[in-house]
Amino acid sequence: MTNLELQIMANEVRKNIVKSVHSAKAGHPGGSLSAADIFTYLYFEELNVNPENPKDPDRDRFVLSKGHCAPGLYSALALKGFFPVEDMTTLRKLGSYLQGHPDMKGVPGVDMSTGSLGQGISAATGMALAGKMDKKDYRVYTLLGDGEIEEGQVWEAAMFAGFHKLDNLTIIVDNNNLQIDGCIEDVCSPHPIDKKFEAFNFHVIHMDAHDFDSIRAAFKEARETKGMPTAIIAKSLKGKGVSFMEDQAGWHGKAPNDEQFEVAMKDLERIGETLCQK
Amino acid sequence: MPEVKKIATREGYGKALVECGAKYPNLVVLDADLAESTKTAMFQKAYPDRFFDCGIAEGNMIGVAAGLASTGKVVFASSFAMFATGRAYEQIRNSVGYPALNVKIGASHAGITVGEDGASHQCNEDIALMRSIPGMVVINPADYIEAQEAVKAAIEHEGPVYLRFGRANVPVINDREDYKFEIGKGTVVREGKDVTIVATGIMVNSALEAAEKLAGEGIDAEVLNIHTIKPLDEELVVASAKKTGKVVTAEEHSVIGGLGSAVCDCLCEKCPTPVYKIGMQDVFGESGSAADLMVKYEIDGAGVYKQVKEFVTIQSQAD
Repeated sequence: MTNLELQIMANEVRKNIVKSVHSAKAGHPGGSLSAADIFTYLYFEELNVNPENPKDPDRDRFVLSKGHCAPGLYSALALKGFFPVEDMTTLRKLGSYLQGHPDMKGVPGVDMSTGSLGQGISAATGMALAGKMDKKDYRVYTLLGDGEIEEGQVWEAAMFAGFHKLDNLTIIVDNNNLQIDGCIEDVCSPHPIDKKFEAFNFHVIHMDAHDFDSIRAAFKEARETKGMPTAIIAKSLKGKGVSFMEDQAGWHGKAPNDEQFEVAMKDLERIGETLCQK
Repeated sequence: MPEVKKIATREGYGKALVECGAKYPNLVVLDADLAESTKTAMFQKAYPDRFFDCGIAEGNMIGVAAGLASTGKVVFASSFAMFATGRAYEQIRNSVGYPALNVKIGASHAGITVGEDGASHQCNEDIALMRSIPGMVVINPADYIEAQEAVKAAIEHEGPVYLRFGRANVPVINDREDYKFEIGKGTVVREGKDVTIVATGIMVNSALEAAEKLAGEGIDAEVLNIHTIKPLDEELVVASAKKTGKVVTAEEHSVIGGLGSAVCDCLCEKCPTPVYKIGMQDVFGESGSAADLMVKYEIDGAGVYKQVKEFVTIQSQAD
């Protein structure tokens, strides 16, 4: 896909995030929106996955370690064709397979059940280890929040992945700088993030999470990195695309009301129109 | 009487893993810096390419196990029961239990027979923790023979299994030709009519010793070996409770949440029967030899005998 096509798709991902969270009257729009371009790039450019054969043993794997951003993952999966986009409005509702946090048993294309922070990266590490054991060339990707990396388990996993030189593993830290209780610097700063991963024997790449040239270059570099796993620090804006949600910790885990929903959709439609005129 | 052979159940764990390594090329074993103690080092030696030491990081070990299992591996993750189920409880619950992945938690050094290390290492809560996770099978083998069969059965079972092994050398009681192991199927190891002793793990031997002594005093105890605490063999427990009308449970574990609770859960619904629970009475253990601790906390043969006798006496007076 061209950058413009990716931008248009990412805007559709964002619309579905807002629609599904509004419909559910609950959920996590902020971090889903900050990672929307990453989800889009992964599913429409980077990952070797096939909606017709979601369990293909040779597929690339993606683990959403920051599982609360399920609306973002589900939007990308739906638009990719893993399940009907219309189902997005069943998110979090009784009887829906679209659980509040990813459930690998019920959602086509979800490679690991996540939600409890810090655990997804370990599972991704296990998948990457299996790939090495079986001499398969699939790659494993996992997305973490920058608040999530305060969990000790993240560093247990990083130690293991670095020690085992799992160069088929790419972790992405969605560095939107906000967690529930405020700025990550103010809560319990995980900085310097890059130096920490370097110390755990990762190749570290900085990326602008909303610039597809930067995203493309980062994932290419990760793929070409041998002998060590890669950590991509993705500088992002929480709530990206919805004016009143941008850079607001308060929109971490809250749904827009009807009025706010109208404003949010108008914001995104305006972005879409601008993109289509290009 | 010939000297009874004594071997730790963890030895059976290590032996069975090695035996199964050839038959199951997708078998992978993980440990958290305790491979010599848990006996997974035996597998490491035989199959170094399928063994990974995760270091002292039990939470990550369980997550790595989950990731490996998601690709089709049968994964055993090992540590001491305290750290495997206590430290990593939530990883087991969310990364293994909820997605129903094919991970087996092989925990050694369960219960107070850890001995000299003391209370910090004597896990009397693991059965309670693991039993509470939906879909988790919980197995507590009675001896070296049963431990090996439990490992084989766990591999054949698709889904999460918790296997509990001990540190101390304990009598081998199942070394016979007709011995069979089936997950969820308990066995009557001694028939009786006056009281049922439902025992699990190394307490099966204590129960048998107690039953011999009780027989000398005219109390005919039936002893059940419940190696699988979940799913519980309710049919067997209910049938025996109906026959004897008095039930004592015996476990090297807290009386809260373990076998005793599982038996009470079953009987209160299906066959209300007076139950007395032998085990750790809501206390922490302490340092000492395994044998001395079993005496002090009344889970050796003499301790079980004493408590069963008291219970039977009180119940008989009430009748």
